[in-house]
Amino acid sequence: MLMSILQRTACELLRSLEAGELLSVELTQACLERIRATDHRVQAFLRVHEASALEQAAAVDARRAKQQSVGRLAGLPVALKDLLCQRGELTTCASRMLADFRPPYDATVVAKLKAADAVLLGRTNMDEFAMGGSTESSAFQVTRNPWDLERTPGGSSGGAAACVAAGMVPLSIGTDTGGSIRQPAGLCGIVGMKPTYGRVSRYGLVAFASSLDQIGPLANSVEDAALLLEVIAGHDPRDSTSLDDPVPAYSTSVNQPLNGLRIGVAKEHFAAGLDTEVEQAVRAAIQVYESLGAKVQEISLPHGKHGVATYYVIAPSEASSNLARYDGAHYGYRTNEQELLQELAAERKILQAAGDQHGLDELDSALVRMYRRTRAEGFGPEVKRRIMLGTYSLSAGYYDAYYLKALKVRRLIRQDFDRAFEQVDLIAGPITASPAFKLGELADDPLSMYLVDLYTVSANLAGIPGLCLPCGQTHSGLPIGLQLQAPILQEERLLRGARMFEQATDWHKLRAKL
Amino acid sequence: MSEPYTIIIGLEVHVQLATASKLFCGCSTKFGAEPNTQTCPVCIGMPGTLPVMNCKALRLALKTAVALHCEIPPDTKWDRKQYYYPDLPKGYQISQYDLPMSSNGSLSIEDTKDRFAPTTVRILRAHLEEDAGKSLHDEVAGKGDSLIDLNRTGTPLLEIVTEPDMRCSAEAAAFLKELKLLLTYLAVSDCNMQEGSLRVDANINLHLETPDGKVATPIVEIKNMNSFRAVERALDYEASRQYCEWQETGRVLGQSPKQTRGWDDEAGVTRAQRGKEESSDYRYFPDPDLVPVSFSPAEIATAQASLGELPAALRARLKSEYNLPAYDADVLVNQGRPVVEYFLAVADACQDGKAASNWVTQDVLRVLKERKLAIEQLPISSASLAELMTHVKSGKLPGSRAREVFQAMVETAVDVNQAMKALGIESVDESELVSLCRQIVAANPKIAADVLSGKQQAVGALVGQAKQSNPNVDPNRIREICLKLIMPES
Amino acid sequence: MAISRQDVEKVAILSRLQLSNEELATMSQQLAQIIGYVDHLAQVDTEGVEPMAHAIERSNILRDDCPQESLSREEALANAPHHNSLGYLVPAVLGE
Ligand SMILES: [Mg+2]
Ligand SMILES: [Zn+2]
Repeated sequence: MLMSILQRTACELLRSLEAGELLSVELTQACLERIRATDHRVQAFLRVHEASALEQAAAVDARRAKQQSVGRLAGLPVALKDLLCQRGELTTCASRMLADFRPPYDATVVAKLKAADAVLLGRTNMDEFAMGGSTESSAFQVTRNPWDLERTPGGSSGGAAACVAAGMVPLSIGTDTGGSIRQPAGLCGIVGMKPTYGRVSRYGLVAFASSLDQIGPLANSVEDAALLLEVIAGHDPRDSTSLDDPVPAYSTSVNQPLNGLRIGVAKEHFAAGLDTEVEQAVRAAIQVYESLGAKVQEISLPHGKHGVATYYVIAPSEASSNLARYDGAHYGYRTNEQELLQELAAERKILQAAGDQHGLDELDSALVRMYRRTRAEGFGPEVKRRIMLGTYSLSAGYYDAYYLKALKVRRLIRQDFDRAFEQVDLIAGPITASPAFKLGELADDPLSMYLVDLYTVSANLAGIPGLCLPCGQTHSGLPIGLQLQAPILQEERLLRGARMFEQATDWHKLRAKL
Repeated sequence: MSEPYTIIIGLEVHVQLATASKLFCGCSTKFGAEPNTQTCPVCIGMPGTLPVMNCKALRLALKTAVALHCEIPPDTKWDRKQYYYPDLPKGYQISQYDLPMSSNGSLSIEDTKDRFAPTTVRILRAHLEEDAGKSLHDEVAGKGDSLIDLNRTGTPLLEIVTEPDMRCSAEAAAFLKELKLLLTYLAVSDCNMQEGSLRVDANINLHLETPDGKVATPIVEIKNMNSFRAVERALDYEASRQYCEWQETGRVLGQSPKQTRGWDDEAGVTRAQRGKEESSDYRYFPDPDLVPVSFSPAEIATAQASLGELPAALRARLKSEYNLPAYDADVLVNQGRPVVEYFLAVADACQDGKAASNWVTQDVLRVLKERKLAIEQLPISSASLAELMTHVKSGKLPGSRAREVFQAMVETAVDVNQAMKALGIESVDESELVSLCRQIVAANPKIAADVLSGKQQAVGALVGQAKQSNPNVDPNRIREICLKLIMPES
Repeated sequence: MAISRQDVEKVAILSRLQLSNEELATMSQQLAQIIGYVDHLAQVDTEGVEPMAHAIERSNILRDDCPQESLSREEALANAPHHNSLGYLVPAVLGE
């Protein structure tokens, strides 16, 4: 019974809930049991809101029983990545800095989910402040890939992907700044989507890189992703960058196949470094499209190879600014002030003894030392690395060579896509060069870790929507993902195109055995 | 000026714009609330929050820029100015860097006391930014902590930066007065310096002639000046301080970094301030949370049309159309638009600009000052002041008693005729006056003789008797008539 | 552009991060490696290309000037690491 519930997609579950064949409390209990049974191994959740989830579920069941009107997701459990502000609930960004932070407000996405009567099941693990591709930079725990517990689920939305892949919850919300939804979805064998920048409000999403961050759905099927996107998308007057274009009925149009579909394949996506099993799976997927009558055409994205370099200038630059607010003054962690004052006194004594006047003049004030200790203790190594990198890129003398240069290359990357989409409707390719890597494998090698984002960062830089869905497995049984990309605001096309593949294949039906 | 140097002064003025809500959130901008009671997740920079620009702040900024004859670029954007300070909760201030909303403007100043020749101060730029909060050090005196109040955080500010075009403290003060007057006429800010809605920093250095050519002293920025008077005193002090320092050290521009000094108003000196660490590198970059703004020619035209008649134009009109001396025009315009309106009404009604100006600048302003009234609260309408003036002209009201009547009108809020009645003033016609004088002269042959023999002042006694028999007579007129009767030939 | 240890120390101060000597060493080496990679951007011809600061370029997004409810002082200070009944407390602000 339990697994059979959790084998089903969110849309199937919703139909059962609406038909009265299934109670939200039963479904929520099933999720909670599954979490109890498996999450001590997967470590996807930072916090499970058992009591409040069961309350919400019971309330929805009661309203259904009374034939009262309920929201679009009434009774469906949804997990939230731990950087979406939820009024009164811990919102830690997997950082020591925000270990005790409880926002006094709901993110717009959270408010929309509440209005849709979703059951907010809990908060999922992530790379600290969403900076990473393996969920290893979390200050609290390492999440494991349900398909192989020795391997990474990807990141930064590793918890969000793992909990869906492990059947703990049918739907979850993640964020994608350089691939943080699509890459873990690919490595965990589920569906993940980054909408057009501005399609979903960022209000209440704790910023990593404001011009790249976008919220999106993770699910077991394209249909489920369409449903969840339809609920969270839309204009928000509290986000100046949110788009006021109408939201199509994704969940209904998703099942209409696209006639005369033109699929673009970028030759740059199949260059050296691409794992052969991955290449075979992706090429096979493209053949599936051909067999469905799609016209496949080679395109070129010449500036894509500069994506990672461009991204690792722009994202850290914005991050260094967005994370300046964590200084121990107004919220979050603050260093121990007694120790701080003792430290300064000791340093002053030494400098005085040495008669080092310059040193004394340069010595931090208590305030500055409070900032520096607070940030040194509150942030992990990856976050510090990116703050340093971004501060450097924006600092006097380097701005033009790095930040400004990157903004120009960014436009070239965008123009590549604009040109490509004059000839094709969707671009298909790999999501990562290789399947899930072993935990710790890239721990001391930040650059190699950054290069994992090769196929994903361009969509964030260009603002276009991208989606990843399962398209195969390695002989060792690791999922392989197919990435599809569409022009600005063409989510509908993207979802319909992805659904065509899903209906023609069974990869999305495979579940991790735990 | 006899000093062996030229003073070079540039000003940086921050003006709080008169909006109801903050620049990027809905919090109130009211002054004087309890600490930290006017903040929200957005203005305290809570994780996840985003700014959305207040359109009124933008409109007021544009109006001011247009009034300062600034160029308005087609597009403008907002940048993050990054530094760490506890009154700046986001760790950056949203401001404008390389694409300000306006630049290259000007404001002309002149001095009615002729301490300097009329001149035009160029405006380098005027841009829109957010205010920071306050650090209240003394509040927690003794303890090693500062208390932070974020009520002011996010209040819209217009930063107006001048070129270094002022050559003496009087020019700087005049510029500030004229700017404040302009902003008041535009109603874009209440310009209350005590409440910090208008704040001034000054950059100053000296240019000197030396045997081996021109040199300049290092530029100093002066802060903490809380009145125009303080600005004037601080600049005078700093000029002589820099001269002495130069004579001692000989240090010139470029040999030491730009210094910031705070003005101590009690001590009357400027003191070096401890520089913020690394404040030199603000790492400006475009704020990704805000989108650019572009002003259409129509919007600029609308702003232009909304300005109304501004001080300079008004002064000119008072001089040309009402032939007032520059001094009167200045006094009137400096009182603000309502007083000018009152003056115009009086002048138009009585057809005598100068006389109207005398009444308004002397008597009306005195009453307003004594009774702390706004012109709208003055008990005398412009119409009845004009009527009073016509009565004086026609001789209906003896000039000698006009002020008495004016005072009665102020105190009892009646019109001129009622006031004259109350004071028992009725106009006496000429024939009555003449016959009265005949009687008195006839009755006082001795005095008439004295007058004839040259003691003209003796006629005063006759005037006295005339006033006794009828208090409404105009003493000057009596004197004239009596003299004529006694000495017809003169 | 190679990044020196001095650069890294200066950036650490700008970033308000206190780094131990070991951290500075690792950081210098890792930043050098990353910046070395990023330096490839210099070879891209961006002559006449407009910088692109926003993923989607729109303009004139404004709100009306209507005041809204603020947080109560208690709510505002609820997350403050150190505060009294009036506001946030921080080590003495010197110099101004
Ligand atoms: Mg400023
Ligand atoms: Zn606010």
